[in-house]
Amino acid sequence: MRQTVAGSASASAREIIIEPVTRIEGHARIGIRLDESGGVAEARVHIMSMRGFEKFIEGRAAEEVPGIVTRICGICPWQHHLASNKAVDGCVGAEVPPAGRLLRELTQVLAHISDKVLHFFFLAGPDFFVDSQQCSAGNIMTIAAQAPELAKRVFAMRYRGQMMLEKFAGRAIHPDAIVPGGFSKPMSRLERDQLHADALDQLEFARFALDFAKEHVFSQFDAGLMQLGDISTGFLGMVNPEDGGLELSDGILRLMRPDGSFHEFSGREYTDFIAEHVEPWSYAKFPYARGWGEGFSMQLDDPRGIYRTNCLARINVADFIPTPLAQAELLEFRSLFGRPAQSTMLYHWARLIELLYACEKVVELLEDPAITGQQVRSDVVPKAGRGVGCVEAPRGTLIHDYSTDEEGFITRANLIVGTTHNLAPINMSVNRVARDLIKNGEVTGEALNRIEMAVRAYDP
Amino acid sequence: MSLLGRFDIVYMPILMDHKYFDSSGGSREIHIPKARLGLISGGVRNEQQLRIAEKMRRQCDAIWAFGTCAAYGGIPAMMNIFEDKDLFRRYYRTAEGTDAAPDPSQVIPPFLERTFALDEKIAVDFILAGCPPHHDFIALALESILEGKSPEAPLVSVCDSCPAKREGKGSAQRIRRFVENARYQPDKPIAEMRCLLDQGILCMGPVTLAGCAGMNGGPPRCIEARVPCRGCYGPVRKDGNQIMDILNALVSNGIDTKNLADKLSLLRFSGAHGRLTKRCVQKAE
Repeated sequence: MRQTVAGSASASAREIIIEPVTRIEGHARIGIRLDESGGVAEARVHIMSMRGFEKFIEGRAAEEVPGIVTRICGICPWQHHLASNKAVDGCVGAEVPPAGRLLRELTQVLAHISDKVLHFFFLAGPDFFVDSQQCSAGNIMTIAAQAPELAKRVFAMRYRGQMMLEKFAGRAIHPDAIVPGGFSKPMSRLERDQLHADALDQLEFARFALDFAKEHVFSQFDAGLMQLGDISTGFLGMVNPEDGGLELSDGILRLMRPDGSFHEFSGREYTDFIAEHVEPWSYAKFPYARGWGEGFSMQLDDPRGIYRTNCLARINVADFIPTPLAQAELLEFRSLFGRPAQSTMLYHWARLIELLYACEKVVELLEDPAITGQQVRSDVVPKAGRGVGCVEAPRGTLIHDYSTDEEGFITRANLIVGTTHNLAPINMSVNRVARDLIKNGEVTGEALNRIEMAVRAYDP
Repeated sequence: MSLLGRFDIVYMPILMDHKYFDSSGGSREIHIPKARLGLISGGVRNEQQLRIAEKMRRQCDAIWAFGTCAAYGGIPAMMNIFEDKDLFRRYYRTAEGTDAAPDPSQVIPPFLERTFALDEKIAVDFILAGCPPHHDFIALALESILEGKSPEAPLVSVCDSCPAKREGKGSAQRIRRFVENARYQPDKPIAEMRCLLDQGILCMGPVTLAGCAGMNGGPPRCIEARVPCRGCYGPVRKDGNQIMDILNALVSNGIDTKNLADKLSLLRFSGAHGRLTKRCVQKAE
């Protein structure tokens, strides 16, 4: 049991609060209201604050904004950094030289690697591979105590990933090496060779991680876990416009319905396909698929406009994965779970397939001779315009939409960030688990942790 | 890792399970365990964050402001030049693609009147600045308290720790926007690159606390990427004012500051303590 068992069956209506939701990277509160008979009347995930980036980047010089919006997220600053630079490129009409594009993609994909390791092993892992009988709480410290060799490998992998970014790009967290028009510095052959050696180690770890997870974690995915927080939704993710393969940095967006049919659109068209709904009990808004013309509803038996993002969405919408090892894993995954796969717990599996892809992709990028090209940035002339920058962050599609005045200052900004796409699905998954596991007013610690496990699968 | 074993971590929501409330729906008093030391990251923006900070102050013998947001407000304090009602109107009613609705107000904690640094609301014993703070200095500060000593942070500027070549006064008369890269030989070390300020690129190095490169003596991290410092460790001394200090530094170097783009964002990391206010915008206009 990870939490104290909460009270006996009570005949009267009451509210259960899970706050803070732990082992997630953000901040959230879950409120579950029980009715007179002790069943779940309503469960909600409240996002308790907002900072207002959309407002306070108004008036800033456009070229400075990519170094400000990194602070939206300490885990995926590279993705905000890139999406913002792409939006500014769009405002001023900048063309990025080939080496600049490759360096942008390299740093973006490298940042995905560190994030996935952090989430699987440090945050979600303790739910699956800590012996909870021995410990009062499952966390990375108990993994370190129970499986020191594994912990050492995981720490080394995470540290190496951060150091690869830091050695080449100065900063691993809150970077500033991507600039409007390209990248701030070229890569030397020596740097390339060192990164390449590290990247091969990362790839080996990714293969180990997937084998480890299949043996120790995914093998636990019985009917109960496969139904945990299970809902049926559409999916949104980026694909390569030419061939429909998985893409993280530059591509078109594909919005898939629950039946597998889909629409594709460019970043600039996002408001035709995605709208945002406001609920009175959450600072964060709820994006939904306006393009389906069915409105917005989080009702479990009649969801409307609900789609998901993040790794499971990406491997669902992509026709294939353009690296060999990850593609083989995708084929196995699809043979087991179909396409689109819906079970919420499968996010963990999809995350490690993507980890493998990211590691393969980094090796591939470093083997492209153009990556050491000296021309990495084209000069930018500030001017009036509009740009929409999209990339795939670990938690989903980032959309940065800016307008500038004739001197290149931001006049208007709209942001849709990765996690918010999943807020409606997270609410639905929490409702689903709560209704499945809370009956007659009996709330066990295990039920409460299972509710949080459904949230953690989304890595919010 | 070795340091971890010497501390007993009793509360850390990102890695450990812990709840503020008894889930059975009893008392609504926030529960946080007692500890010798509490590290708080983030500024204070809403009533709940304030209640948690106050509770931690009561439960901990010492409180550290961990990171630039807690120390000086950080990037979110840029909101202090705008009205919250204008943010809400933009975010909930006029943003592209948003179905217009009233401001959310149920369950979620109301905003305070602005973003505060931690020491504007509770007593703070030590500031560990940085966005993020470098792990070398986190370890150093933690080791010092294990040895029963007061933690210390370096008190030198980014400039003092930067190897770039300074030619000094008069080498740049104007500041240009960072829309083209610095001039340098990519295969040569930073020590052979001309100081970015000397090149006419605004760099906050003279007025920003050093530490981003850790204790190994490497170049500041932004300079390593051949990008100017933007001030993320906050002022060199706690009561320093990054905007006043940089304007003074520029003027004393004979640089014309009239055409500096978006002066307010020189305080982008240290806008709490009443430094960035709505009045600033009117003055700038």
